[in-house]
Amino acid sequence: MRVWDIVVVGGGPAGLCAAIEAAKNGARVLLIDENSRPGGQLFKQIHKFFGSAEHKAGVRGLEIGLQLLKETKELGMDVWLNSKVCGIYDDNVLWVVKDERKSFQVKGAAVILCTGAVENSISFEGWTLPGVMGAGAAQTMINVNRVLPGRKVLMVGSGNVGVIVSYQLLQAGAEVAAIVEAAPRLGAYGVHTAKVRRAGVPFYVSHTIVRAEGDGKVERAIIARVDERFKPVDGSEIAINVDTICLATGLTPLAELAWIAGCKFVFNRVLGGHVPWHDRYMATSKKGIYIAGDITGIEEASTAMEEGRLAGVSAAAAIGLIDTERLEKIAGEIWERLDALRCGPFGENRKIAKQQVMAGGDEQ
Amino acid sequence: MNMRITKHPILGDIEYDRKVKIYVDGQELEAIEGEMIASALLAAGIKTFRYTKKHHAPRGIFCGIGRCTDCVMTVNGMPNVRTCVTPVEEGMRIETQHGCGKWKEGAGDE
Repeated sequence: MRVWDIVVVGGGPAGLCAAIEAAKNGARVLLIDENSRPGGQLFKQIHKFFGSAEHKAGVRGLEIGLQLLKETKELGMDVWLNSKVCGIYDDNVLWVVKDERKSFQVKGAAVILCTGAVENSISFEGWTLPGVMGAGAAQTMINVNRVLPGRKVLMVGSGNVGVIVSYQLLQAGAEVAAIVEAAPRLGAYGVHTAKVRRAGVPFYVSHTIVRAEGDGKVERAIIARVDERFKPVDGSEIAINVDTICLATGLTPLAELAWIAGCKFVFNRVLGGHVPWHDRYMATSKKGIYIAGDITGIEEASTAMEEGRLAGVSAAAAIGLIDTERLEKIAGEIWERLDALRCGPFGENRKIAKQQVMAGGDEQ
Repeated sequence: MNMRITKHPILGDIEYDRKVKIYVDGQELEAIEGEMIASALLAAGIKTFRYTKKHHAPRGIFCGIGRCTDCVMTVNGMPNVRTCVTPVEEGMRIETQHGCGKWKEGAGDE
């Protein structure tokens, strides 16, 4: 079994920042990612980020990803790609399967879990037909693989993911036939919604998808108006000819490793369901296990990066590389930036939800 | 049918010079070196990757990041390969999977 100071699981924005911060402070770091390239979902985010200059606002996600990869290389940490962490045992021992065929045990004096999130789906008649996919899947296809999953798309969900991916589908040359939203009002930041609206994409609020039709693949979507209990209203169906249906219906934290490790969990609806409890240093209830990014609740890459830095510094402090005074100073600065990111109509809710999680209780 | 996005307002235009040959159900197909199998298939307009065991219902790409296993196919004789996170290789043989697929003897050995 090989031993490192800090093992980071997941090389997305949170994991990269955690690993960089830990390595900068002198820790010997192993970064593990199951993909052939690190960066998580950063490389499909070709839009400019919000926030202030120190949050790299105005910089596109993929550019941030490249910067982080460069720093990772310069710091010279160990990076294992194509490697899945399949188990976590006492004393921070991880079971890793590399390249689908080699099995290893590795141990970190501290472990930072940055496993991200997975898209939610909704089920309806025909939802398994080829052509129905997550909005994030379509985003990966167009922005990373540069391949159109279809020519004409129906987007289900008008939150940030729904409208941003719609706009990026237009940029990639696809047609977005409509965006449907079950709630009576649209869900995303106004600036993103307005861009899609200006491009002429029709929005249907209080509507949902009831059926996907087609011979072996999506050829048509049937949408319908919903009543105040979100039940489709008979006779309100509209058929829209599309070859692709994208589901932008939220995300769920990927927290399996924290469950296996026996971390205490808290349920929080705003943050996407069950999330591991953590303190203001991103430490879980299990000694030596830290978390950062979407595993702690669904937010954005900008907050994930700050949480990653915080977890990296805290873990480095826990193994004696940073003294308490310096940790307090850095943590204070990161919390100021996190608070600045968690403001406005969307951010404020997340800020309250985060406080609820750290307080340890379920949502009120 | 070519679904590749060669011109893009943000990502810029792209020309591919490094290509590999793959075989999908015996048919030769040109793919871009390093791209995922699912990407090469979608580029060629192929949307059905497998059929389910019980109802023989078609399935294709769903999550695109290796979580859902809806896009699995039989690759070089090894079934249940997640095509959205597995890069193409020269001469790769990719087959539409039926049910849980069948292992070809020796497939997956080093």
